[in-house]
Amino acid sequence: MKTTYREAMRAALRDAMQRDERVFLMGEDVGRYGGSFAVSLGLLEEFGPERIRDTPLSESGFVGAGIGAALGGMRPVVEIMTVNFSLLALDQIINNAATLLHMSGGQFNVPIVIRMTTGAGRQLGAQHSHSLEGWYAHIPGLRILAPATLADARGMLWTALQDPDPVLIFEHGSLYNVAGELDDDAGAVDIDRSAVLRHGDALTLITYGGTLPLVLEAAEQLAAAGIDADVIDLRTLRPLDAHTIIDSVARTHRAVVVDEGWRSGSISAEIAARICEQAFFDLDAPVERVCSLEVPVPYAKHLEQAALPSVERVMAAGRRAVGADG
Amino acid sequence: MSSLKNQRVPNPEHGLHLLRQMLRVRRLEEKCIELYSAAKIRGFLHVYIGEEAVAAGVMEALAPEDAVVATYREHGHALLRGVSAGAILAEMYGHAEGCCRGRGGSMHLFDAATRFYGGNAIVAGGLPLAVGLALADRMSGRQRVTVCFFGEGAVAEGEFHESMNLAALWQLPVLFCCENNLYAMGTALGRSESQTDIALKAAGYEISAWAVDGMDVFAVEEAARRAVDAVRSGGGPHFLELRTYRFRAHSMFDPELYREKSEVAQWMERDPISLLQGALQAAGQLPEKDWTDLQADVDAEISTAVGFAENGTPEPVSELTRFVYSDPAGDAYDAEEPAGRAAAASGGKPREDGAAR
Repeated sequence: MKTTYREAMRAALRDAMQRDERVFLMGEDVGRYGGSFAVSLGLLEEFGPERIRDTPLSESGFVGAGIGAALGGMRPVVEIMTVNFSLLALDQIINNAATLLHMSGGQFNVPIVIRMTTGAGRQLGAQHSHSLEGWYAHIPGLRILAPATLADARGMLWTALQDPDPVLIFEHGSLYNVAGELDDDAGAVDIDRSAVLRHGDALTLITYGGTLPLVLEAAEQLAAAGIDADVIDLRTLRPLDAHTIIDSVARTHRAVVVDEGWRSGSISAEIAARICEQAFFDLDAPVERVCSLEVPVPYAKHLEQAALPSVERVMAAGRRAVGADG
Repeated sequence: MSSLKNQRVPNPEHGLHLLRQMLRVRRLEEKCIELYSAAKIRGFLHVYIGEEAVAAGVMEALAPEDAVVATYREHGHALLRGVSAGAILAEMYGHAEGCCRGRGGSMHLFDAATRFYGGNAIVAGGLPLAVGLALADRMSGRQRVTVCFFGEGAVAEGEFHESMNLAALWQLPVLFCCENNLYAMGTALGRSESQTDIALKAAGYEISAWAVDGMDVFAVEEAARRAVDAVRSGGGPHFLELRTYRFRAHSMFDPELYREKSEVAQWMERDPISLLQGALQAAGQLPEKDWTDLQADVDAEISTAVGFAENGTPEPVSELTRFVYSDPAGDAYDAEEPAGRAAAASGGKPREDGAAR
């Protein structure tokens, strides 16, 4: 069936609400407004205001309430409008959700799912455009998902809801309108493994989330120039599926990590470090990284685009890695 | 000496019970201080001495199925909710027998069996959790109450206001108990709040709120029963401002530069334990022998608890990464020997394709 990332997300929410009465959606403008990115449009009419619960602009309050509801036996899905706003709820996410199980000696797990939009590209400036999922991936106790495909938009939520521990789902804002074909019977998918979406022996391109489409485009163009790349969609940033990365790099001997987050102290740095730890002697070239420039994401289109990873930058990095840059 | 609101003692047996409960907390924490000085307990240790009437009175109003959320000054709440003194002390010892297997310590006591949700060392961090626990009960149609304790320092935090609003907006079954001991660490209420009437703040959110003499255990219990009954019967959130005082330093590292000794002495004249003891004696309901026996019982309980903690076993380091995730495999990254190191040790792993380096 023809669908979009947004519709696949909505189908996942509807499916979860139908299958488990403990599931409810809570967040700013998820109900009457229909969701700030229209993901939950129509669900209020279908499930009512108790389960499609509009909240005040109180990120710490309603994320904490979600954690409490999870402790109380519910399966809340809490939507935060953007990753920047999630910073107002950091106390609850990091000091409570991520710690309670361990701090309580295994007594209190927190089965909450927190969804939020991430990323740039829509000229929204520095307070709506950052990519902080790599930051969250720093925190033990959390599971970090970045669905980049229609199948994952449709399938990750249910699996996340089965996880007894907190799961954060990062939805890149540029993906909501992506359209394509999805199997009619598409359903839950695993959230443990990375996926190799394209196979090639010359190079490994590693990315996730909003930069997946441009990496696939770059891989296409590199292939046309005779450079065939593996493309790995990480899918889950924590726990990181290092095996898939290492297996690929052991075969291609070259790696480029593409991450919309900043370079310093990032998930791309983590991946490069793991390659160094686990595949150092397999490498034929330094690990390359394509990240956002280290500036707050600017408004003006030409500035914003210049700050972000692009097909051209990925191709240039790929060519450097294989020694084909002149 | 100031007296209790009701000179009459409602029920001699009950009066004795409350006296015992407060004394258990007092003796446990006096022992904690001693053990801290002996370096048996480390980290931060915040004692509740002087404030016992609050936890003792409120706990009387709760049913076993209710939930409790507390703060980092929560030894008394945990004990009176039903966590054993032994499990509390063993936790402070970092032992496997501790209520959190040594992972929480003094500030993070948890107990699933009694629905004791901590122990939270972030001021106001527990309030949203209490709102959520109450939301779960509301959505599930359960008639349970969640009680949330916090200090008056928490009212300066955004999470306090967000939680008041959510609880009132959604009419959730939660009782907020503000333990107003007048100081947020060393900052007096009047130096941190433009409006120092805390019950009024809650009332501003359309929450039924009233102030209570927190040194009078009967007054606390009466108010808590009234509030808990109202919450349980669907009356929405309620709020008690319990006016109390911390007799000891904020923690073991507090030279108390911010308050006068005379002020402390004045409040100690209203020691909740002495007040109740005096009232019971005045009413002829606490013969000397009963008082002696009660103290001996409590001392025995604490002494047994110390023995339990002393004889415990340190939580094994092999268990350290357990409970980060529910799945024992969790994120096993640290547990893995990175392949590269092994390869380096053997001078480099041969490449599958045998290509020259």
